[in-house]
Parts: sequence; structure tokens; C-alpha cells
Amino acid sequence: MRKFLTSLVIILAAPFSIAAGGPSVPLDHIDNDLTDTASLQSGAKLYMNYCWSCHALGYARYNRVARDLNISEELFTEFLMFNEDKFGDHMSNSVPVDDAKRWFGTAPPDLTLVARLRGTDWLNTYLRGFYEDESRPWGVNNSVFKDVGMPHVLLELQGLCAEKPEPLGEAKYDPLTGSVITTGGCQSYSIEGSMSTAEYDEAIYDLVNFLDYMGEPTKLDRIRLGWMVLGFLLILFIVSWLYTRELNKDIH
Amino acid sequence: MSKTKQMASDLMAWVDARLPVTSAYEKHMSKYYAPKNVNWWYVFGLLAMVMFINQILSGIWLTMSYVPSGEEAFASVEYIMRDVEWGWLIRYMHSTGASFFFLVVYLHMFRGILYGSYQKPRELIWLFGMLVYLVMMAEGFMGYILPWGNMSYWGAQVIISLFGAVPYIGEGLTEWIRGDYLISGITLNRFFALHVIALPLVLALLIVLHILALHEVGSNNPDGIEIKKKLDKYGVPLDGVPFHPYFTIGKIPYVAIFLMVFCGVLFFFPEGGGYFIEKPNFEPANGLKTPEHIAPVWYYGAFYAMLRAVTFDLFFIDAKLLGVIVMAGAIAILFVLPWLDRSPVKSWRYKGWMSKVAIVLFAISFAILTFLGTQPATVLYTYMAQFFTVVYFAFFIGMPFYTKAEKCKPVPERIPE
Repeated sequence: MRKFLTSLVIILAAPFSIAAGGPSVPLDHIDNDLTDTASLQSGAKLYMNYCWSCHALGYARYNRVARDLNISEELFTEFLMFNEDKFGDHMSNSVPVDDAKRWFGTAPPDLTLVARLRGTDWLNTYLRGFYEDESRPWGVNNSVFKDVGMPHVLLELQGLCAEKPEPLGEAKYDPLTGSVITTGGCQSYSIEGSMSTAEYDEAIYDLVNFLDYMGEPTKLDRIRLGWMVLGFLLILFIVSWLYTRELNKDIH
Repeated sequence: MSKTKQMASDLMAWVDARLPVTSAYEKHMSKYYAPKNVNWWYVFGLLAMVMFINQILSGIWLTMSYVPSGEEAFASVEYIMRDVEWGWLIRYMHSTGASFFFLVVYLHMFRGILYGSYQKPRELIWLFGMLVYLVMMAEGFMGYILPWGNMSYWGAQVIISLFGAVPYIGEGLTEWIRGDYLISGITLNRFFALHVIALPLVLALLIVLHILALHEVGSNNPDGIEIKKKLDKYGVPLDGVPFHPYFTIGKIPYVAIFLMVFCGVLFFFPEGGGYFIEKPNFEPANGLKTPEHIAPVWYYGAFYAMLRAVTFDLFFIDAKLLGVIVMAGAIAILFVLPWLDRSPVKSWRYKGWMSKVAIVLFAISFAILTFLGTQPATVLYTYMAQFFTVVYFAFFIGMPFYTKAEKCKPVPERIPE
């Protein structure tokens, strides 16, 4: 019996030791803030200028985004809309699917829900994970999306990382002095961009924040309403509990 | 008596002469007596009813905006999430609600096992309940396809292909179920019809039968004592309490606590960490893009784990068919539970140590199998699934022997104070 119990404990404990191993590719964590409207606006600007012409946001509407991000209709239509769409239209683009397949090997996916599909950590790592790789058609590869089909669209901002970026937080030490050389990220650039590393990370923060909003525009409403509902249920519980305490006095 | 009161009582008499309203109210509410010692385990039946109503109501409103077609289903769900007033709330009530419906039903069933609520004279209650559970599984599976996400598609692919394991007719059978050579908009449309009309109707009917059978014999209780055996001079059970108001208004605090947990998940973690809404379901169904890891929703996990646990052929039966047989057997054996238990007592409180150990091992194995079913089948996990599948079946197959062999404690005549 004791042997059986011991083996049972070992079998029960086994899954947790494996689960602790984590995902196969380490991701750079991001704590984005959906209440930061300025960041969301800046993310929207980046997205519409650099991403939208290939990656539609086909389930979202311009006017909803403008309303949620506190951008006036005049400003939005002038600076963030690039075709003849109406303000209430879906944010679709007109990429010809067959051509896109020939250009990139696959049609660029709609990214309305990408933050829910991949997660914000993945996006944060992916968008900072491009590096030089001559063997690829566009001369770039990605640290979390191996042999990715798209070019590095933000190259003019970030520059081009010469080798695969390290995950953040993994310190490397100088073998002679023992001092910290790096804590991850891109080590050296073969092309300089217009932004510093810190500025680029900030821009990506805004972009990921915007995509997180895009995946579920009602997230803040949901959480706010959640507290109100829980408050109501708490009151219901207290009142009904006081009532049933009286009621149950009849049961002997 | 005032004039209006007189009129009301005349009206009631008129109705009662034509429809048994008052007598039905008395039979099922005010003069239905439930044991006074029932504990919190007994609230899950009520909670299952709450979740059933939640699913029906949210489902009706979802149907108003959902489009059942291969081209538009996915976009219509996002339309509900974004453009429909309160659409996101209705959708989450339904998707999170499905998981909580199964959760409370599992706890409700486990309560029945703990206290022997399936034993004579309650076999039919158990059978109707099992049918409810079976229809729920079909209902949940078909509902999971409707958002037409990629996991919907591939989950359906895996589950429907199981019917292909049936000898001779397998291939034709899967084609008949799908209505097409592949899963397609045709499959989606017929599953929509079954999910919103056919199965809910059957479910409602079975729930009525489940409750009618219950009210015929009365509720069991944690001591497994029949309260109808000790009546007062008016024929009222001495240890009984009227269903209304003690089990209606009296249970509102429990419902409130449950709703707090439910709403806590609904409003703060509606995806349930990828267990309630799986990540691949945030991209549209794509027959050319298989998700890395196809897993059923957690509430089918245990049975899926048992299906995959069979990795070997047996005589002339190949592994796939044997897996399907094991999985079907795992559900089927629950139906005959009332005839496997030979114990003279109902509740585990009075059963011997063997029954107690068996129930605990059964619960552990079901929980672990549920977990394993949602994980990729590694070598270790497959061994574990095989081990716990054996434990699961041993609980049932051994039951006629250990319930007969063990020494039970004497059950008191009246419910102890």
C-alpha cells in the first residue's frame, strides 16, 4: 500500500514539473495599459501608417476606434484614413489576395484579433525580433516567427539587427571583468534606424497596446461592469443571507 | 372576506376545476418535503437549472445576430462582440456559461455518487440525469463549432472522424454526419439547427422528467435516510422541510455566491486562460492550417484522455476503434451505476473504508484525466492516462464486489440532530 501511495504521489506530481518548463521560445513580457489613451493613439498612428496597407482590421470600424481613442472625426479622416472609405466602414484594405500570395508566399492575415490569438507578449517579442538573414527572400528573419514571410516594415525606425536578438533579462557577463555586458535585446545593428532602442521599444509598446485594444475594444467596459456586478451580488448575498438566517430558525 | 379576495378565490376554483394549478403547486412546491439535513452539495442541481436558463436566454439573443454560414459565421461573432449593444456580454455569458454548466453538472453528479442518490428507488432519476448529461455533451460539441474558428473546425474534424472507426459503415457514417466530404458550411448549418432547436427541446423534456421522477420519490440526503418512512399524523415527513420557501428563497445566498464566482470569470477572465475559449479560435476556420495542438474543451477532457490512452491493438480490434469503445464505455458504465452498487446503505458516511477509498480514487482519476485530455499526448502523459483509465473503470467494475464485501455502519432511523 505504501509503495502504491508513493508511486501515486510521483505520478501526480509529474505534470507540474513539466508544466514549469514554460513555452519553447522565451517571450519578452509586456504590461500594457489600455487606459493610456495617448499610447493607444500613437499605436493607431503607427499601425495605420506602417501595417494597415497589408494587414486589414476588417472586424473593426473607423468611427468606433476614433470614439474609443478620443480622436475627432476631422483629425481621424485627415491623418489616419488612406482611401475613400466612409467613417462608419470596416477598416478593410484592398490587398489582392492572389498577388499577395505571390509576393509573400501567403496573404497577410487580418490582425483585428491577433493580440487574442498570439498574446501581447508574443507581439512585443515579434515586433522587436527582426534580424538580418541573407538566406531569406527579404533579407530578414524573426526570433519568434522562424522564416517569417514579411519584410521588416519598421526597419527605418528600428534599423536592422545584425544577429538574432536575445530574450530580455538574460544577462551576459564579460569573461575577464565579470561585469554585465548585456541583458538581452539586439546586440548590434547593421543598419541604423531613426529611433534609439529605447524609443523603438516605446513605439512597440504603443503598437502592442493598440492591438490589445483592437482585439477586444470592450475590455475596459467589461472590467468596470464586472466590479459593479460583483458589488451588486455581494449586497444580494448579505441581504438574502440575513433573510435565510431568520427563515432557517424555523427548522428544528 | 373582501370582495376582491372572494373574486380571486372564485377564479382560482374555476381554473383548478379545469387545470391542476393549485394541486401541482402543492405537490411540487409548498407540500413537497425535502430532508432538513441536506448540505451545500445539494445546491448544484438548482445551479444547473440556473445555468440552463442562462444558456437558453443568452442563446436566444445570440441567435438574433449570429449568421450560420461558412462565409459569415466568424465575422458575425465579431459583429456581436463589437457592434451589437451588450453583444460581448451575451456572448461571454454563453461561452463561459457552457463551462460553468458542465462544472455544476459534474459536481451534481458527484454528489449523487457520494450519497448514493442513484440507489433504489431513484434509479430513473439517475438515468434521466445521465441522458441530460449525454445530450449536453452533444449540445456543447455542436455549439463549439458555431463560432467557426480554427479550433472549432479542427475539433469537429477530430471528433467526427471518430465515427470512422466503426467497422464497415464508418466512412459512410462520417460523411452522413458531415453532409459533405469535409467539414463545411453544410456541417455548420445542420449543427446550428440541432444546437438551437432539436437538442435544447430534448434537454428541456429530459430535465422535466428528471424532476418529475425526483418529486415522485423525494430527495435523498447526506445520511441516505428515507424521510418518508417517519411521518407525523398529517402525513408530513418528520424530518422534512417544505421545498418552498426553504429551498427556493432559502437558497438565494448560495446562488449569489455561485454567481460571484461565475461573474468573476465572465468579467475578468472570459477566455479562462485558453480553457474556455481557446486561442486558435480567434482566427477563422482554415482547412489548410492545423493548430499546433488540437484539444477538446476541458469538460470533455477525461473522455478524450481515455480515447487517446488506447495506443495498442487488441486481437482483431485496432487501437482507434478500441479507443472509441473505451471512451463510449466510460460514459455507458455511468448509466448502470444503480445496479453496480450492492451496498445496503446509500451514503458514503455509512459505507465501509473500501467504498470511501474507491470514491476518492475515482474523483482523483477523473480530475487528472480531465487535465490530461487538454494536454499534448507525451509518452509520460499517455502512461498516466492508461493508469487512470484503469482506475476509472476499476471503480465501477469492482463496485459489486467491494460494496458487498465491506462492513457498513448502521444507519439511524431518523436524521441525527
